[in-house]
Amino acid sequence: MTDEPLLRVSALSKFYGSRVGCENITFDLWPGEVLAIVGESGSGKTTLLNCLSTRLLPSSGTASYRMRDGQWRELYRMSEAERRFLMRTDWGFVHQNPADGLRMTVSAGANVGERLMAVGDRHYGNIRATAVDWLSRVEIDEDRIDDEPRSFSGGMRQRLQIARNLVTGPRLVFMDEPTGGLDVSVQARLLDLLRGLVTDLGLAAIVVTHDLAVARLLSQRMMVMKDGHVVESGLTDRVLDDPRAPYTQLLVSSILQV
Amino acid sequence: MATPLVVSDVAKSFTMHLRDGIRLPVVAGVSFSIRAGECTVLGGPSGAGKSSILKMLYGNYAVDEGQIIVHHDGGLIDLATASPRTVLGVRRQTIGYVSQFLRTVPRVTALDVVAEPLVERGEDREAARLKARTLLAQLNLPEKLWSLPPATFSGGEQQRVNIARGFITDHPILLLDEPTASLDARNREVVIDLIAAKKAAGVALLGIFHDHDVREAVADRVIDVTAFAAGKIAA
Repeated sequence: MTDEPLLRVSALSKFYGSRVGCENITFDLWPGEVLAIVGESGSGKTTLLNCLSTRLLPSSGTASYRMRDGQWRELYRMSEAERRFLMRTDWGFVHQNPADGLRMTVSAGANVGERLMAVGDRHYGNIRATAVDWLSRVEIDEDRIDDEPRSFSGGMRQRLQIARNLVTGPRLVFMDEPTGGLDVSVQARLLDLLRGLVTDLGLAAIVVTHDLAVARLLSQRMMVMKDGHVVESGLTDRVLDDPRAPYTQLLVSSILQV
Repeated sequence: MATPLVVSDVAKSFTMHLRDGIRLPVVAGVSFSIRAGECTVLGGPSGAGKSSILKMLYGNYAVDEGQIIVHHDGGLIDLATASPRTVLGVRRQTIGYVSQFLRTVPRVTALDVVAEPLVERGEDREAARLKARTLLAQLNLPEKLWSLPPATFSGGEQQRVNIARGFITDHPILLLDEPTASLDARNREVVIDLIAAKKAAGVALLGIFHDHDVREAVADRVIDVTAFAAGKIAA
C-alpha cells in the first residue's frame, strides 16, 4: 500500500445544457482499491464514469492521475494522443456490451494481441503465447483462440473483453455494469473471476453497477448516486449494512431475498 | 500496550427514513476499554445492542457520537471518524472479527476462505493454506470439505470455517460475535482452547457468548450492556 492515491477527483461536474449529468463529485482512489458507484438508471453514474475515463469531457472540475513515473497529470489538460495512449496501456475499460469493447470480426487471440502491439510488442510468438495465457486465465479454451468473438456466448465475450483489457497490466480499470445482461450463473463465474484478478494483480477499479450484490462482492468502497449527486459514500459493508441516506435505505430495502 | 482499545461515550441510533423518519435508539453513553491478554464479554439480553457495539468497533456500523480509540500502526486512531481507507487498514492489521454468519463467495474453497486474511496481509499463499489446514483440522472440519466452497455446508460447518478465518491471523484485537452459537460440545471446547491461546499470546478479545458454559470458561470480565440502554421506545 502506497501513501499516494492513484486518482484524485475534485468538484467534477457535467451538465447537458441545463440538465445535470453529475455534479460536484470529489474523491480519491488508491492503488489496489475497488470503488463501486451505484444508483438507478439516470442517476449519473455512467456520466461520471465516462468523465473519469475521459470518454466525455466534464463541464468543470479536475481529475489528476499519477502516471507510472510518479508524475501527476491533469487528465483534461492532456492531449488527445496522450489520453489515447493512457487508455491503451495503463487503463482498461470494460463495457457492459462486449461488442463495444471487442473487435467482433478478428480472432480472440488478435483481440488480446492487439493491445500488446499497441504497447510495442512485435514478436508474434510472444504475443500468441501471452494471448493463450490470458485466455486460460479467463477460462477460455486454447482451441478457441482463432475463433471470432461473434461465435462466442455472452459470458465468453465478456471474459474475452476482460482479458483484452488486462493483458497490458493496467493499473486502473473502469467497468460499466460488467455483469449486466448475463445469466446469474454466468454472472457468478465472472464476478469470482474478476474478484480473483483484481486481488492478484492489485488493480484499482471503478465499477458502475446497479446491482448491490455485485458492489458488495467486488468493492471495498462505495458511492451512492441519485440525480447526479453522491448521496452517501463510505466502506461498502458500512453503506449496505447501516445505510444512512433515505435513498440508500430505499435501495437496500428493495433487494429481493432469494 | 495494555489497553489497545478504548470506547468513550459512544451512541448509536437508527433513523428509518422509509418509516416516516422514526428514530430507534440503540445504545448511548457506551464507555469501556479492553485489555491485552483478556477476554471481555458483552452481556445482556437480545436486543440490548451487543452486536451493534461490536459492529461499530469494526467500522461496519456508523457511530453517531463518541470516540473509539484504537492503537493502530504505531499511533492512535478514532474509528468513529476514520476514513474508509483507514478502517480497511485497521481491519487488515489490528482488529479481527468473527461474525455470526459466514458470507460465502461463489467458487472460493473453504481452505482459501480461511487463508484469505493472511494473504491480504502479504503472506505467501501456500504458507497461509498450511496454517488454514492446521486450524480446520483442529476444528474437526472433515478434510473432504476443505476444497469445496462453503455455501452448501451446514450451519456448524460454516461457523467453523468462519472461526478459522478469524483466528488465523495475529491481530492484536479480536471481536467475536457468538462464535459458538451453532457448535456441538466438542467443538465448543476447541473454541475455548483457541481463545485461551489468543489470551496467552496477548490478544485483547471482546465477545458475545450466549452459551453459559463457554462464557464461564473464557470471560475475564463481563460488561452489562443494559447499562448503556438508550431509553428504549416501544417498537
